[in-house]
Amino acid sequence: MDLSSQLLQLLFSGLTLGSIYSLIALALVTTFNITGVLNLAQGEFVALGALLAASLYTAGLPLAAAFLVSVALIAALGALVERAAIYPARESSALTLIIITVGLSISLRGLALLLWGTDPVSLPAFSSGGPLLVGGASVNLQTLWILGMAAVTMAVLNIFFELTYTGKAVRACVINRTAALLVGINPGAMSLMAFAGSGAIGAAAGIFITPVTLATYDMGFMLGVKGFVAAAIGGMHNIRGAVLGGFILGILEVYSAGLVSSGLKDAVALVVLLAMLMLRPEGLLAASGRKV
Amino acid sequence: MLEIKGLEVCHGWVQALRGLSLQVSEGETLAVLGSNGAGKSTLLGALAGLYKIKKGDILLDGRSLSGKSPHYMVKEGISLVPERREIFNSLTVMDNLLLGAYHRYRSKKNEVIIDVENILNLFPALRGRENHPAGTLSGGLQQMLAIGRGLMARPKLLLLDEPSVGLAPLVVREIMSTLAELKKTGVTIILVEQNTAAALKVADRALVMERGSIVLSGCSREMMGDTRVQQAYLGRTRVVRPAAAL
Ligand SMILES: Nc1ncnc2c1ncn2[C@@H]1O[C@H](COP(=O)(O)OP(=O)(O)OP(=O)(O)O)[C@@H](O)[C@H]1O
Ligand SMILES: [Mg+2]
Repeated sequence: MDLSSQLLQLLFSGLTLGSIYSLIALALVTTFNITGVLNLAQGEFVALGALLAASLYTAGLPLAAAFLVSVALIAALGALVERAAIYPARESSALTLIIITVGLSISLRGLALLLWGTDPVSLPAFSSGGPLLVGGASVNLQTLWILGMAAVTMAVLNIFFELTYTGKAVRACVINRTAALLVGINPGAMSLMAFAGSGAIGAAAGIFITPVTLATYDMGFMLGVKGFVAAAIGGMHNIRGAVLGGFILGILEVYSAGLVSSGLKDAVALVVLLAMLMLRPEGLLAASGRKV
Repeated sequence: MLEIKGLEVCHGWVQALRGLSLQVSEGETLAVLGSNGAGKSTLLGALAGLYKIKKGDILLDGRSLSGKSPHYMVKEGISLVPERREIFNSLTVMDNLLLGAYHRYRSKKNEVIIDVENILNLFPALRGRENHPAGTLSGGLQQMLAIGRGLMARPKLLLLDEPSVGLAPLVVREIMSTLAELKKTGVTIILVEQNTAAALKVADRALVMERGSIVLSGCSREMMGDTRVQQAYLGRTRVVRPAAAL
């Protein structure tokens, strides 16, 4: 393979990985701005969604049904977690709330370990057929499914945020929490919606990557960290920034792993995080006036 | 219509309101004056449900509202136009106004659309800018939008926190004359202001706060003639706060 097709190949991988980070970051940022909670258990939604779908599929459900049921159940789990652990503590300090989500993350991971054990589980690729050749790069069909799912999810969310009244109310919470309170938006209802939505998005992302990466009980931790780094790149207050941050991180990781050393993959995220915090703590898109 | 009894509010260790009591009657406009840190914003914030009340009670038309959350207060008819406006910068002017009617948008959409039209009549300068992002408006227009958004809740009691701060005299006059117009609709208004002269002109009654309590009160005319008020807030000694220079 020559260099240009190798670069293209890596670009596809980077976009795929990036789209997953984007979705996780988007869920993190939306939840953070509505509730003030940095949900460190977000990655667990991804893992549980994937594991649950794999079990449902093994139990005989068609793949599409396993997907839908798992997404719905993890959304319900998100809502349950919010009511049981976050809502009662909503008046507490940001630190307390973060510690609660760390606790949630550990408990959910423990639960997954108990139910699924340490062995990876798998799902079949969503469509059969060999890889496509695009400009010298071979593109796995599942990659296209992942990119497509991310694109559809983002498009639907975009319509929700731009065109619906409820979506605008959510954005209002993200832009200015105090003002959202003052116009009478009930933060409890928004918080519930944010956690349920985060659960659904996380589960969907987990299920789509499982045919490529397999699913393990502890896959959520690293994905959560990466989602957080992506959100930090975008600036924590900015939904578009979070999406952009996810793609930037995915592409950086894949290029440094592919061109320099595969050992670098996870280190890149931490280097990027440190660099962002030192050079531009307000995030890449912050200068453009907190566009959401 | 509003009665506040022995209200105490703390921000952490700082006690911002120290047993404050006052009454406001239906349709009245009350100006609240006082220097920086006197507790004026805390008073309005407490009325809007933003702060936990340590002691005392808030009664609106005889019902206790102490300890209720902001969205409950809005439904009960109390609307706060906060300090620094706090508009939704990246949403359009129209969306800002529509969100102001959050508690009745879904049930009474037609009524809300008509109200938007009324707000645009009240602030004609906003007309034609309905689809602009609110953050791109000038300070004066943002203030008008903030007031308009507050009115979209159809409040019985409108709370205004320093609407004139940082604005050019001409704009201040425009906003104050709109408030005078609003008064005629019968809405009760509490107006916190550093611009004492302008506030006393629209208000029926005024009070001065200092360190969390009321130290002086009376009808606007008396207050304008009061030497203590003149010295502290109307004379040459008036302290211009940095925010006013923005
Ligand atoms: N969020 C807060 N946290 C801690 N202390 C606060 C907070 N808000 C206000 N305070 C303190 O409470 C006191 C009253 O503040 P408040 O904002 O009500 O005054 P104000 O009369 O509105 O002043 P200004 O004219 O500057 O707006 C001040 O001592 C202030 O420092
Ligand atoms: Mg104030």
